[in-house]
Amino acid sequence: MSTFWSIWIIVFTAITIVGCTWLLFANRKVEVSDDTKEGESPKTGHVYDGIEEYDNPLPGWWFKMFVGTVVFGVIYLVLYPGLGNFGGVLGWTQVGQWEEEVAEAEAKYAPLYEQYSETPVEELIANPEAMKMSRRLFNNNCAVCHGSDGRGSYGFPNLADSDWLYGGSAEDIKTTLVNGRQGAMPALGGALGEDGVDNVAEYVFKISGREHDAKKAEAGGQLFATYCAACHGADGTGNKMLGAPNLTDGIWLYGGSPTLVRHTIRNGRNGNMPAQADKLKAEKIHLLTAYVYSLSKNQ
Amino acid sequence: MKHEIVEKNIGLMIVLIVVAISFGGLTQIIPLFWQNQTTQPVEGLEPLGPLALEGRDIYIREGCHVCHTQMVRPLRAETERYGHYSVAGEHVYEHPFLWGSKRTGPDLARVGGRYSDDWQRAHLYNPRDVVPESNMPAFPWLFENTLTGKDTAAKMKALKTVGVPYSDEDIANAAAPFASGEVKEIDALVVYLQQLGTLLTQKR
Repeated sequence: MSTFWSIWIIVFTAITIVGCTWLLFANRKVEVSDDTKEGESPKTGHVYDGIEEYDNPLPGWWFKMFVGTVVFGVIYLVLYPGLGNFGGVLGWTQVGQWEEEVAEAEAKYAPLYEQYSETPVEELIANPEAMKMSRRLFNNNCAVCHGSDGRGSYGFPNLADSDWLYGGSAEDIKTTLVNGRQGAMPALGGALGEDGVDNVAEYVFKISGREHDAKKAEAGGQLFATYCAACHGADGTGNKMLGAPNLTDGIWLYGGSPTLVRHTIRNGRNGNMPAQADKLKAEKIHLLTAYVYSLSKNQ
Repeated sequence: MKHEIVEKNIGLMIVLIVVAISFGGLTQIIPLFWQNQTTQPVEGLEPLGPLALEGRDIYIREGCHVCHTQMVRPLRAETERYGHYSVAGEHVYEHPFLWGSKRTGPDLARVGGRYSDDWQRAHLYNPRDVVPESNMPAFPWLFENTLTGKDTAAKMKALKTVGVPYSDEDIANAAAPFASGEVKEIDALVVYLQQLGTLLTQKR
């Protein structure tokens, strides 16, 4: 802050404090006027509709409270920043207080985090304290998409089952968390045409053991080999390298109704798990990995 | 001065009240117009593009700021949850600012990039589809209303007069992203949300 503005603030603040104090004392009424009769309260002489206005002095406690606020203000301005560039004798700053808080927490949790980080995920899930901590982290950072129970919702994978798009080992889960995942199922409506979409959908129902139209499924099978097998595999069991879902396990991330399956084939899907590496510290990602890992182990 | 004089002269009373109140503003507000800390943008701050600008207006229209703040305070509990605390330089191009004053939902100052576009869309269509516990209203009409961008240039001009550095080129091309005629309100709102608070990063 420039010296001008610093002085500006100091001057106006001083005028305010002095002005308030003067106003307080200059208008203080102490004595009761002489023509007041014994045992009666003084009146201003102002009468309206038969109602008279009292002219009592301000009660002492009230007056002292006023003075108290002025004293408080002066003490505050000495201790804390308020007068322009003068930072107050305590040297308090908002950011300083935050840094102090963070350092305090760091000192408390750093050894814990270190201990957990050195424990492999497979062992960490047996530690109830670590799991409590990781559950809180999950609720803050992951539950909004994957649900507070980790069971996901339409378009957001269930983490509490044994079906994994990108692999369910501790290492795979951590990779997913660190780098995020970008699903990319292209829209095939244009290439397949409406009949093609219909046929492929019937074929998908066939390999997942559902009711289907055998004739359409047969036609769909050839299209599947051309358009879908590269990612989903010739047998439709998916590919964890690409995050291509297993189509035969009866789990449908984007809904399994005939309409929705056709919609998926026609328009494609682009699920996106945001990378956490730039958002969360490594030790927290480790704990979250353990939590997600435990969800499918504890089912 | 007897207070009787002040009480019986309403003109004088008005003047004195104005003087008394103005002192607060003179010390607390006026100097801020000349502080670098409050007038200079943080590094990398750009005026909102046409889509984000329309998205911001939808954010205001739907009253998002009534339940969501955009202000991470420098308290550990908040920086743990949301990320780096907010600084004034992030908001110098905002007219009006949308800091809000009450949180029914979470703070959104750093929501950009936190969730996928798909999540934002699913959540705005019906929050309970993805967060069953949520009490946020659904905004299905955002998926139907189309944006034409006919007023975007005028909005940019208005913002330019209060100091947002839009170039003539920006203003001339303001309607371009809407030319397809298929840009829905939700698209603009998601673009706005996904850029919120992405300039200051800090690992939580």
